[in-house]
Amino acid sequence: MQLNQLKELLKCEVLTNEDKLDIEVKQICAAELMSNVLTCIGTNTLLITGLNNMQVIRTAEMSDIPAVIFIQGRKPNAEVIKLAQDKGIVILVTEYSLFTSCGILYASGLRCGLDGNC
Amino acid sequence: METANNNLTMEFTITAGDFSTAGKAASEVKRILGQIGFPPAIIRRVAVATYEAEMNIVIHSFGGKITLFITPRKINILCEDNGPGIADIDLAMQEGFSTAPDKIRELGFGAGMGLPNIKRCSDEFKIYSEVGKGTKLEISIKLVE
Ligand SMILES: Nc1ncnc2c1ncn2[C@@H]1O[C@H](COP(=O)(O)OP(=O)(O)OP(=O)(O)O)[C@@H](O)[C@H]1O
Ligand SMILES: [Mg+2]
Repeated sequence: MQLNQLKELLKCEVLTNEDKLDIEVKQICAAELMSNVLTCIGTNTLLITGLNNMQVIRTAEMSDIPAVIFIQGRKPNAEVIKLAQDKGIVILVTEYSLFTSCGILYASGLRCGLDGNC
Repeated sequence: METANNNLTMEFTITAGDFSTAGKAASEVKRILGQIGFPPAIIRRVAVATYEAEMNIVIHSFGGKITLFITPRKINILCEDNGPGIADIDLAMQEGFSTAPDKIRELGFGAGMGLPNIKRCSDEFKIYSEVGKGTKLEISIKLVE
């Protein structure tokens, strides 16, 4: 699905790179451990996470993850937003919890980027 | 940045405990490889390996440096730090082994997956460590078969 559609499903606020909502989303990676995310080798994979620090954006950058979803309204600080903006990474913030967000995305047909090593 | 005979060498200093700059070296490496025009899959492997090594230097060491060597046949990443070194390398290489404290885990690290990840991304991987001296990683990614 398009990132635009995901944004509607999770009622997200977009904090960076709003011009990139036409990205095609293939899979989702839900994780708190950045090394876990870094083992995921699929393309067009989105990261959904409860963390909101600089390393989340760095991890997305290294793994070619085009967009990151922060849950429960956990907006990152200005430094994190600036890094994401500079690296062309879309930041979305949803009010939903991790469980609910993943449930909604799963029900819409998206699958995990970590299952079976992608 | 030095270039000679189609080789390119770059060195980055890594500061221990600085989480706002952590990842800058790997980011710079990724940017440069992109500019040169390497295939995305190669860039991603180099970037992930460099980033994991950089985070280990930031988290577990007293500081160090990362040197990138690009040759026509392969990309080498040399990571060296100033200690404290690793007592049991076989244990450190095991998936799930980590000595990271809780405050590091809260940042999203400490899965004990970094070193195995680096190995997985590499065509050749060597780790040397001496307690009291430091740790050295030699990572090599082939550009041609
Ligand atoms: N440069 C280093 N200096 C000293 N000890 C290190 C160094 N790199 C790794 N180690 C030791 O090896 C362990 C395993 O490293 P590894 O990168 O696999 O996992 P981690 O850093 O603990 O967690 P993760 O990488 O998943 O965030 C570390 O917990 C630490 O004890
Ligand atoms: Mg590590």
